[in-house]
Amino acid sequence: MPLYEFVPRRSNWHAWLPVLLGLLLFPLLVQSEYLLNIAVYAGIYVILTSSLNITNGYTGLFSFGHAAFYGIGAYTAAILATRSGIPFWLTLPLAGIVASAFGAAIALLTLRLGGIFLALVTIGFQEIAYLVILNWVSLTRGPMGIPGIPPATIWGVALSGNRGYYFLILALDTLVLFLISRIVTSRVGRAFVAIREDELAAQSAGIATFPTKVLSFVVATFFAGIAGGFFAHHARFVSADSFRLDETFAILTMLIVGGMGSLPGPVIGAVFLVVLPEASRFLAEYRGVVYGLILIGVILFRPEGIAGVPGIIRTRGALSRAEKPSAEEGQPA
Amino acid sequence: MLELRGVSTRYGPVQVLWNLSLTVREGELVCLLGGNASGKSTTMKTILGLVHPFRGEIAFRGQPIHRATPAQVVRAGIAPVLESRRIFPELTVYENLLMGAYTRADAAGIRQDIDRVYDRFPLLRQRRGQLGGTLSGGEQQMLAIARALLARPRMLIMDEPSMGLSPLYVERTFEIIQGLNREGIAILLVEQNANMALAIADRGYVLQTGRIVLSDTAQNLVNHPMMRKAYLEL
Repeated sequence: MPLYEFVPRRSNWHAWLPVLLGLLLFPLLVQSEYLLNIAVYAGIYVILTSSLNITNGYTGLFSFGHAAFYGIGAYTAAILATRSGIPFWLTLPLAGIVASAFGAAIALLTLRLGGIFLALVTIGFQEIAYLVILNWVSLTRGPMGIPGIPPATIWGVALSGNRGYYFLILALDTLVLFLISRIVTSRVGRAFVAIREDELAAQSAGIATFPTKVLSFVVATFFAGIAGGFFAHHARFVSADSFRLDETFAILTMLIVGGMGSLPGPVIGAVFLVVLPEASRFLAEYRGVVYGLILIGVILFRPEGIAGVPGIIRTRGALSRAEKPSAEEGQPA
Repeated sequence: MLELRGVSTRYGPVQVLWNLSLTVREGELVCLLGGNASGKSTTMKTILGLVHPFRGEIAFRGQPIHRATPAQVVRAGIAPVLESRRIFPELTVYENLLMGAYTRADAAGIRQDIDRVYDRFPLLRQRRGQLGGTLSGGEQQMLAIARALLARPRMLIMDEPSMGLSPLYVERTFEIIQGLNREGIAILLVEQNANMALAIADRGYVLQTGRIVLSDTAQNLVNHPMMRKAYLEL
């Protein structure tokens, strides 16, 4: 079975259980706070990339505003925790809910648009969100950011080092990926893919495409908000600069390199592109060059990414597994 | 069963359908003929709710559907087989069939119906795990029809099912359409292939630049001088 078809199930435990056990053992073997910190960041980006994959990968929508929802989640958690003293276990889901409320509002307004128009509107939202965070000083402290966010707690014990955060993000990643795998293999998940494949045919099969696309957006932005909430309690400081358009593109790059429309794709992409810049520090100023070359290589040779669905971007590279399967006759007019 | 009364449709300022009236009765096989740009596909889109008429009414089993969304039309019992098949290339044959049953919630009934379409199209059973896009054009047409059947429709609307198929599959497709009709499913067949369509249809309508110019029994249409001139003696 190709990697992009992988879905964790009870029957294929031998494929995912060793990975999970290895990840559980990792912090026992590794003592370095620095390495654990990188692992925690990889974990945050796994959620961000996997959630963006729901809209951009499975449903085929072009959302370019993911960092805005990440930021809304982070600021929600930061404001609730510092002003109202709400504990971590509540700020985290609330961050998701507030982000997905914005997601729903944007989706209802913009999902009548398709393709490049949706992309432009979400970029616009991304910029507006940044400017509002930067200028609404009474709520967000504007350019000063929000410091002093309390750390995450597990059973009342505040986490101090990265080891605790590592286990927390590992649990959160496992939960989020499990939920996403359940969603995308469900009837609704098939409807997402059907909309991506052929919206007219999806409508003709009786899928109410507009509400389904809105749902896809809401789910994706919910998880982005969750990632933001975790980030706020881990970094313990949030500032608007962390959630700009370049952050959206970083997440999008991870998704494209890892591969869209599959479960392992975004996980691989996120871990790879978080680890790569750190691993290539010895290259000093050539680091950016290597990063760029890898991106160009992926686009040229394997446009569907490391573990993406072949042909999902309607091009084909030299290293792609398969040609886009298409009818030899009668393409839709 | 399906009734269009004085339906007019336009895309922006361009009016495509002019005061179109058409009826499909219970269990009937009706064909809608016409050349390129005569409004056949727009008629189909209007019935399905993909575009809404600005004048006129459409009723299905007594219920008005001219303001309905495509999802509501499918739920009401009309299943479309779209032009050029439009199967989902990245979904397997089995998943494509499941998409056809999207509006249904009876898991046991869906399983049973999938078995029944597998019996009808044994080839699909063989290829159930294969991606839809890897099937040949004729096989895709079988899949498209099977997918439509999984909605348990009372009526099928088929847009140019013979287009782009080999002669063998054209014949096969028309046999299947006739078979489905005999089982009691009403069919509106939108076709350019007038000869084949009239051979199996009960009645026919002829569209020209968005207006119905002829409507009669299939038998009479075959012998109509205008039909002979326009379609049958190419």
